Amino acid sequence: MTAKEHTYLGVPVKKPKVAFFEFTSCEGCQLQLLNNEATLVDFLALLNIVNFREAMSEQSDDYEIAFVEGSITRDDEAEQLKEIRARAQTLVAIGSCACFGGVNQLKNRFNDLAWVKEQVYGSHPIESREAMPLSAIVPVDLEIYGCPIKKEEVERVVTNLVLGKSIDYPKYPVCVECKANHNVCLFDLGQPCLGPITRAGCDAWCPSNRLGCWGCRGPAEKPNVRQLRQIMHEHGFSDEQMLDRLECFGGFGQYVSELKSASKE
Amino acid sequence: MLFRVFAKDQLINLYDILAVNHIVGPVSKGVDRHGAPLYDFDFIYDFAELQLDYTATIHSLKRFVLPPRETLCTFDLQKDSWQKHVDFNAYKPTVYFGLHACDINALNKLDKVLIGNVYPDPYYAAKRKNMFIIGVGCTPQPFCFCKSMGTDSVLHGFDLFLTDLGDSYFAEIHSARAFAFMSSLECREPRHSEHLRFVEVNQERMNRFTCHVDTTDLTKILDLEFQAEVWQEWGRKCLSCGTCANVCPTCYCYGIEENVDLGLQHATKTKHLYSCNLIDFAEVAGGHNFRPESHDRLKYRYYHKHRGFVEAFEESLCVGCGRCGQSCLANITVPEVIASVRGEGANHA
Repeated sequence: MTAKEHTYLGVPVKKPKVAFFEFTSCEGCQLQLLNNEATLVDFLALLNIVNFREAMSEQSDDYEIAFVEGSITRDDEAEQLKEIRARAQTLVAIGSCACFGGVNQLKNRFNDLAWVKEQVYGSHPIESREAMPLSAIVPVDLEIYGCPIKKEEVERVVTNLVLGKSIDYPKYPVCVECKANHNVCLFDLGQPCLGPITRAGCDAWCPSNRLGCWGCRGPAEKPNVRQLRQIMHEHGFSDEQMLDRLECFGGFGQYVSELKSASKE
Repeated sequence: MLFRVFAKDQLINLYDILAVNHIVGPVSKGVDRHGAPLYDFDFIYDFAELQLDYTATIHSLKRFVLPPRETLCTFDLQKDSWQKHVDFNAYKPTVYFGLHACDINALNKLDKVLIGNVYPDPYYAAKRKNMFIIGVGCTPQPFCFCKSMGTDSVLHGFDLFLTDLGDSYFAEIHSARAFAFMSSLECREPRHSEHLRFVEVNQERMNRFTCHVDTTDLTKILDLEFQAEVWQEWGRKCLSCGTCANVCPTCYCYGIEENVDLGLQHATKTKHLYSCNLIDFAEVAGGHNFRPESHDRLKYRYYHKHRGFVEAFEESLCVGCGRCGQSCLANITVPEVIASVRGEGANHA
């Protein structure tokens, strides 16, 4: 992948050496990276990819930026992540699993992990511990949220990384993008939705397709979870229904425990 | 102003005459969870889609005149320079068929800020100057308080205004263009009995308003009550989701974003409508946030609508359409907020 020399306004732009890795995940986020054929060539040309199991067979350990998908559920994964951290100048967590533990962390809710393991794997011996986000093991420089990640957002982040521009995410909730898409509010249609407290940036992907938000991108800055709980109640949804969504991707940890204790009162 | 009366079955002829242009009007968007009909403005391709007897639309007309996201310009990047391309994104005249008085008044208010000031906004002006507006009389809803804001009727800013007299429409003709179109319809001058009926219909409508806001001395009261506890109470409810501003027909605040394409050969400057309720609205370079608390942000939205704009233009920026309160999941409504600031009514928060 050594396409023509890249310049930005006449200034040569260095292609960073980039590696992609996955831990416990569905690898869907990495497949998202290969989506969007219209811009795929430009995307690949911007990077010097040295390791990407989903896309190529060559492998190298000499990289500057590591994109890591998945949560950590085994000791050897934790060790491998530490090695990646030591090699990479920039470690980017991609997707809800890497950022928050993702769907995998649902199992953490069970008090008895041995029982969970037996239910899922039967008598097959397999190592598996509580699912953790990357940031629980090593420092993470950048997080790209979503289940799956949005290719357009990755493209923006990568372009800004290459150009050395600052990288910003929306601090406001999904409602902003939902309204920008002229949707009817799903609460008005009788559906629960975490849009009012979830970080935007997905272009209200699910609500625009009439599916209430499940909070895969984690909380917006200073989300008013207490008020959303009241709104859920007013619309006939229980704490349990709200918790199902809050717990699904692992981004709302502290708010989940607050809601659970409020629910017991 | 000229007046004409035409039979209701002539309306489709008016539509057909105008249909060479884009037509935007109220259309059905299904029903809500209680079975109540939902309406919104959208492009219309068939006369049957036009729902002139609509209650109110979920969103305002902003989508068409002040889009939530708009490309202001694009750049072709060269070795040591760049080429800038500007497009005002207005390609064809658009007919707005069936606007209520509040929404026409909202456009008139936006004009004062976006066209009438020292630096007019050419993107807005290009769309605004390409509009043909047909107003239509409304049925006041329980949340409408336009009467309190002085925006229940409209005196300018439209081409034609229709009032339903039962089996015919009473048309106020306000432009030469509208007069030309009307001359192709079967219409006539109204009789004296129809003058009386027109006044009677408007009076009946006036009597149907149930929602009111006391605006007496409001600019001063807002200054006096700047530290009032009620702001904190509303702030605790506020989701800081910006929905009020996004459905508002007159909120025009925005942010600008510049992005370089993946190929590094092109760049785009995009305008995003923003809301003063969003957490980083008052965040400046260096990271300081002048309004980190939601009650401060909520308060300043009221100060802009009901105080700052009044002092600048001698009228409120709010047209009393009630959309913000209808869309607010936390049930924060203008009549209740203002009543609480005035120290009236129950403790709402």
